[in-house]
Amino acid sequence: MKIHEYQAKAVLSKYGVPVPRGEVAFTPEEVHDIAKRLGGPVSVVKAQIHAGGRGKAGGVKLTKSAEEAETVARELLGKTLVTYQTGPDGQKISRLLVEEGLAIDRELYLGLVVDRSSQRIVLMVSKEGGVEIEKIAEESPEKIHKVFIHPGVGLQPFQAQQLGFALGLSGDSLKKGVKMMMSLYTAFIATDASILEINPLIVTKSGDLLALDAKINFDDNAIYRHPGIRELRDTSEEDPLEVEASKFSLNYIRLDGTIGCMVNGAGLAMATMDIIKLAGGSPANFLDVGGGANAEQIRNAFKILMSDQNVKAVLINIFGGILRCDVLAAGVIAAVKELGVPVPIVIRMKGTNVEEGKQMLADSGLNFATADTMGEAADKVVALASKTAGGR
Amino acid sequence: MAVLLDNNTRLIVQGITGREGTFHAKAAAAYHTAVVGGVTPGKGGTTHEGWPVFNTVADAAKETGANASVIFVPPPFAADAMMEAAAAGIGLVVCITEGIPVIDMLKAMTFMKDYPKTRLIGPNCPGIISPGKGKAGIIPANICKEGRIGIVSKSGTLTYEAIDQLTRQGLGQSTCIGIGGDPMIGTTHIDALDLFQKDPETDAVIMIGEIGGSAEEEAAAWIKLNFKKPIVAFIAGQTAPEGRRMGHAGAIIAGGKGTAAEKMAALTAAGVRVVKSPADMGQALVDVMKKA
Repeated sequence: MKIHEYQAKAVLSKYGVPVPRGEVAFTPEEVHDIAKRLGGPVSVVKAQIHAGGRGKAGGVKLTKSAEEAETVARELLGKTLVTYQTGPDGQKISRLLVEEGLAIDRELYLGLVVDRSSQRIVLMVSKEGGVEIEKIAEESPEKIHKVFIHPGVGLQPFQAQQLGFALGLSGDSLKKGVKMMMSLYTAFIATDASILEINPLIVTKSGDLLALDAKINFDDNAIYRHPGIRELRDTSEEDPLEVEASKFSLNYIRLDGTIGCMVNGAGLAMATMDIIKLAGGSPANFLDVGGGANAEQIRNAFKILMSDQNVKAVLINIFGGILRCDVLAAGVIAAVKELGVPVPIVIRMKGTNVEEGKQMLADSGLNFATADTMGEAADKVVALASKTAGGR
Repeated sequence: MAVLLDNNTRLIVQGITGREGTFHAKAAAAYHTAVVGGVTPGKGGTTHEGWPVFNTVADAAKETGANASVIFVPPPFAADAMMEAAAAGIGLVVCITEGIPVIDMLKAMTFMKDYPKTRLIGPNCPGIISPGKGKAGIIPANICKEGRIGIVSKSGTLTYEAIDQLTRQGLGQSTCIGIGGDPMIGTTHIDALDLFQKDPETDAVIMIGEIGGSAEEEAAAWIKLNFKKPIVAFIAGQTAPEGRRMGHAGAIIAGGKGTAAEKMAALTAAGVRVVKSPADMGQALVDVMKKA
């Protein structure tokens, strides 16, 4: 799960991580008042969307008065921001963070992630702050310094110190850096984060360290034990169909193709997308209905699939293990009867109770195309989708 | 002798009194597996479907001589269940549970390093089956056929697909190992391939990977140096967008890394026959066996 920058900063400051003074605003008037309250010569107005690259895209503005801040807010609020991470459709700005301006001496990078190969949390830093870390990793990996943290004992002071020296910190700044790293690790563990990035981490002219930007993603599997964090979810930043699917515990990801897919199992669902592409079509979505799906979930899944107006044909690919083919067939028949699905449907079923399922489909009087193998199913659905192109 | 499961396997089910635990305990028992009991804390001393239920894995191991366990407990308790099994000296621990927090797994994996004799399969996996010999997990036995092909896979239903394609080609399976789709797993592709390499009853292998992480690339490097049997691979997620978690917690392309293209290239360079289409796994295996 993702949250906004201002929310991430609020979470981090609870763990003692220094962040700039600032507040979130939803209207230009609020921006004016906050800028006035902050009082400094410069305040920064930052668009709050769930994507990086906001600065380059014009979503971060320096302002010199409360009036100017308000004017900038009028421009930004309601505008769609397109960054390298949003995709071409961009993301609408509806919240702004107003912060005090700071006299920056240096911009550094700090990140915490879970490293799969070593099965450790890795703390990494670089002197090259404010730019994409992927780019640095690619072009000059020697500029990234890492320590691997033992899950039993946590981040040790010597490790943080090692990274502090690598960043060129000394004296009081070094002490502050070490303290900040310890706090960030504590926050990472305590909130079940999956990624925590401070980019840039700034050193001010007076030698203070602050998180000028903050990004936290949380482990979806652990959200159940953090009700406070769950409330930070902003569904307006997500695809409406994906939000709807998540209500029914369906794993749905919207894509830009024309063939709707309904599959059980994540691997088979990805493989089904792949084979559609190989057959010359393009998948409209990823959808894993899971192993324990019942007729009701199949019905809901169908509703969501058909809400995507780009869908010209549907491929249902089910390998029944725990999910029985007769249960699937009952769900599909009920959904099609109720919703009156206006596009061709190809069904490929295998596994538990497949004969019963096939018989039910045949007896339903509805017009399903069937296939025995994945290859045959993909060919059929691609042919049908191209026939209905433009026909919806 | 098959990989991991054999005539000496004595299996317990952690979470045996739950719906899934009960169902799959019965299915395993009906498929040549010696299911000797189960564990549900607080229900020790009772019996369930004829099996003795214990409060702890240690009790179960002591009373039944169990040496393998399959875990069906809910995500908040699953990492704990793995550690309990390891501490009780269970040699083979298969965790089916999906949705375990990553930080719980980090701790469990660290804890289990103190028990090197315990092999963990999963979590978030369908478990293992050795056709005609036994099973621990949820792979449907009715699609399997006894034979000499090994399967190692990150995905459940894609494993079934591979089994079905092999069976239709008339090729049976020695052992199918679902290693799971989580970012943090016990047995890796390399571990499973090593078992198949040493297994005289396995002639060739299908390996199924998916986007995310670098386990397939690491396996490719290992295969090049060590693996001597014919092998076919398929990588799911060739059309997956970057930055999105494709169902499995581990299936995500991040920062341009973990793509199917990279994995397929690494495996091809290691001499593995990589198929683009998931429909071609069975046929490709027939082809590489002819050449071998």
